Amino acid sequence: MRMTAEYPTEANTDVEVPKSLEVHTTRVFTVVVIITNVIGNISLGRGMHAVGKIVSASPLDYVRAFANPWTIAGVCVLVVWMLTDLALLSRADLSFVMPVTASTYVLIALAGRLLLHEQISWVRWTGVVVITLGAALVGKTPVRTTKPQPEHLR
Amino acid sequence: MKWILVLIIATCNTLGDVLNTAGMKRQSEVDRLAPRTLLQMVLQIARNPLVLAGLGALAVSFFALLSLLSITTVSFAVPATAVSYLLETLLAKTVLKEEVTWHRWAGAALVSFGVALLEW
Repeated sequence: MRMTAEYPTEANTDVEVPKSLEVHTTRVFTVVVIITNVIGNISLGRGMHAVGKIVSASPLDYVRAFANPWTIAGVCVLVVWMLTDLALLSRADLSFVMPVTASTYVLIALAGRLLLHEQISWVRWTGVVVITLGAALVGKTPVRTTKPQPEHLR
Repeated sequence: MKWILVLIIATCNTLGDVLNTAGMKRQSEVDRLAPRTLLQMVLQIARNPLVLAGLGALAVSFFALLSLLSITTVSFAVPATAVSYLLETLLAKTVLKEEVTWHRWAGAALVSFGVALLEW
């Protein structure tokens, strides 16, 4: 006896999540990833400048880096960044996540200039913009994941 | 010294990303930001050797970043780590044997050029 469904059923999902909510959740994750990346790195930069030069392969030498509140704050925010990034990766391809990261380079440079008063030459700005373009291009893979037709069938 | 640190950061980032992506795909998808879902994700990660190794690589990358930030500016340090895009593209072609499209190569080339410009 043939079974016909009146409407398509999602046999592989336990909970019916509307597509709009899925996309919305991914967007929220994406925004959180970007914001925590920028704030975390800026805090870390501020903290490490206050702490002074540490160049060492031994983790012990980095202990004093954590004596600074900016470093601690930066680490906490970056932990949130990392967890949200992992969560984003579990629901989106690396090829989507990479352009997201691309946008953070310009934002970090801007934040470095405005918040940390860093001197950034025009050449360096150009470098940052070129990096962003390149990173966005790297992430821009084709939407279709099906393989192209073998040569002899074309 | 700063370029050595940049290389360490990029290499460990690439390694960590690859391991984390592979590891997270083996776990259940995270469908909401609820604390319980996130806790479940963290508990699964604790038993996921790929993600643990990935996090280890990212830890090394992190210490290298701390060091780099102590000797340069954030606006140099963070964009410089973008050279990981080049590493990832090379990895995809050589180790993972993926079909790497022209725009991925072009993007990697642009990133490399951009990173070089950061020096000035």
